[in-house]
Amino acid sequence: MSKHLPIKVYKRQNSTAVGRLLKDTLKDLWGSHFLAWQLAKRDISAQYRQSYLGILWLFITPVASALIWIILKSSGTVTIADTGMPYPVYAFSGTLIWSILLESINSPTQSTNASRSILTKINFPKEALVLSGVYKLLFNSSVKVILLILFVFVFGVGFHWSLLLVPLALLGAVMVGTALGLLLTPIGLLYNDISRLTTMGLSLIMYLTPVVYGIPKSGIMKTVMTYNPFTPLITTTRALAVGDVPEQWVYYSILMVVGLLLLIFSLMIYRRAIPVIVERLSA
Amino acid sequence: MAGEVLVKVEGLSKKFCKDLKTSLWYGVKDLFGRSSSHEVGALRPKEFWAVRDINFELRRGECLGLIGHNGAGKSTLLKILNGLINPDEGQVTMRGRVGALIELGAGFNPILTGRENIYNNGAVLGFTRKEIDEKIEAIIDFSEIREFIDMPVQNYSSGMKVRLGFAVAAQMKPDVLIVDEVLAVGDIGFRFKCLNAIGELMKDTAVIFVTHSMPMIFRVCNKVMLLHRGQEKLFTADVGKGIEKYYAIFPSGKQNIVGSGEAHVIDFKFSVDKQTAHFGDTLTVPHGSDLHIEMIVKLDLHIKKAALQLVFWNQEMMPVGDVLDTNLQAFLIEQNQHQRHNVTLTIPKVNFNAGKHAMSVMINSPDFSSSYCRLDNAGFINMTSHFASGAHILINGSWSSSLNKTSHKL
Repeated sequence: MSKHLPIKVYKRQNSTAVGRLLKDTLKDLWGSHFLAWQLAKRDISAQYRQSYLGILWLFITPVASALIWIILKSSGTVTIADTGMPYPVYAFSGTLIWSILLESINSPTQSTNASRSILTKINFPKEALVLSGVYKLLFNSSVKVILLILFVFVFGVGFHWSLLLVPLALLGAVMVGTALGLLLTPIGLLYNDISRLTTMGLSLIMYLTPVVYGIPKSGIMKTVMTYNPFTPLITTTRALAVGDVPEQWVYYSILMVVGLLLLIFSLMIYRRAIPVIVERLSA
Repeated sequence: MAGEVLVKVEGLSKKFCKDLKTSLWYGVKDLFGRSSSHEVGALRPKEFWAVRDINFELRRGECLGLIGHNGAGKSTLLKILNGLINPDEGQVTMRGRVGALIELGAGFNPILTGRENIYNNGAVLGFTRKEIDEKIEAIIDFSEIREFIDMPVQNYSSGMKVRLGFAVAAQMKPDVLIVDEVLAVGDIGFRFKCLNAIGELMKDTAVIFVTHSMPMIFRVCNKVMLLHRGQEKLFTADVGKGIEKYYAIFPSGKQNIVGSGEAHVIDFKFSVDKQTAHFGDTLTVPHGSDLHIEMIVKLDLHIKKAALQLVFWNQEMMPVGDVLDTNLQAFLIEQNQHQRHNVTLTIPKVNFNAGKHAMSVMINSPDFSSSYCRLDNAGFINMTSHFASGAHILINGSWSSSLNKTSHKL
């Protein structure tokens, strides 16, 4: 019996082999899925148990922000070039995908921050926090996708086979968002300037992304909006939803590969950073 | 099976920073600049050693009590042992599954029911869903709150939360168990149950136990380490001695007088053999010595009678001896119109356990309806004995044994 006891050594971290770190990260990520599921379930049910409208809130926010733009456009307050599809579908799909992206960027920091009290007291696979964040995102996103499909039908776009690919495209967006957010998490936990900066930065970036209006035909905005890495995430998902051919699919594919690599890299950094952060903050 | 080394700590040190802003900045540096090895072993500005050069080994079946003043580094050491933070120097080797009772019910969500929180807490502690499914009835039974198990935890009392948290944690089967002052909240019945459960766990584990309760240390530990300002002052299997050293850290209390003020203790001196001490002094008393006390008591004129007692307190502030007269009554003095009384008292064969004891003089009305004077910390005696024990008194018993001739096989 005593021969097979697992051995753990704790010492000042020096440059451990990357291969070893990667292996440990993936192993814990896999092993923590029940815990992650449990944490996600806890947060989701706690969130809606203390609310009368409950899950409706998932619809209300993106519908409201799309509604603002629909009113701005229809009242003539702003003029928006033709988007090639009913504008409500365009605006709503934009704000909805954007809200999923925003959530996924914020999720790793939020999940970790909310777990300070257990981080400083119990040793458990920290990857579970990231994974539970992803589970919560997937839950919220799947509810939103249903609403998106509803919009597509109500506004007469109709069914396309590519609609079935929308969840997959959104999964890609969630992955890229989580990877980015996770990279910021270690510093974001030490300084809350980071989360303020990202909130502000992202609300600016939204206007450089075809969320509620399309990419202009010419000018500097055209270049910026085309190469903005958030653009293919929005345009590809939207194109699949309405049955268009995604123009930026090459960019989107590259982004997926980079996103996956970044996610693995961020996870390794995260694993390394947690003990350093736990000693700096106590809950 | 017993005896293998499960915990090995070598030259362990950890530094902390006194200033938050600086601390966060060092955190950023630590995140990026791991290579700056010249900083290892040296303190950066505003840093201090929270734990410095700790070495020990713990085997299966052993229970180490970690004691020391507040901020001595006990919890920091536990956090390192539990892998929550990394040491700055030295290393820790842990063999086997580590279970920690550091904060019970960590991760409880107040809005969810007790039952739901059992699953959450169990998952955090590393159980699988199947394990929790199997154990949930045992957990609910242990916690003794079946009636309220489907009620939101926010309506639980703090004691009930601790019950639930402990019930989940008690299902762990660790090789190394880390316990940090967790049982303070529960009622006596539950504390007793918890101690039994820990005792059960301890049989086959290495335990590291932090508490300020010395009776608890004496009861469960077979080794103690005394930490003082992050350093290892003492590491011994002589638990009694460790506890004695712990008490010696703290200065004795100041004299304190309460009561109506209608009576006063003007002078107080006490002696053993040829040694004499006065008001507020400390006298070393070998176990079994006779203690003589002389004091001058002043009673205001309108006080006709007063009842005197002398009470001994141990370091835990527990009264361990109440000195009465030979009829087990408080000693009565009557007003002598001069107001002043010489009072002498002899206590034969003082048999308190080793350690410092404080004396209080109590002067009450004979019917105990009013307190004229209570003088705390009038003096201190430092008991010494050859036998280490956690009991309050050491009794010289007369034992004997002889051959038993009954042929029953037991």
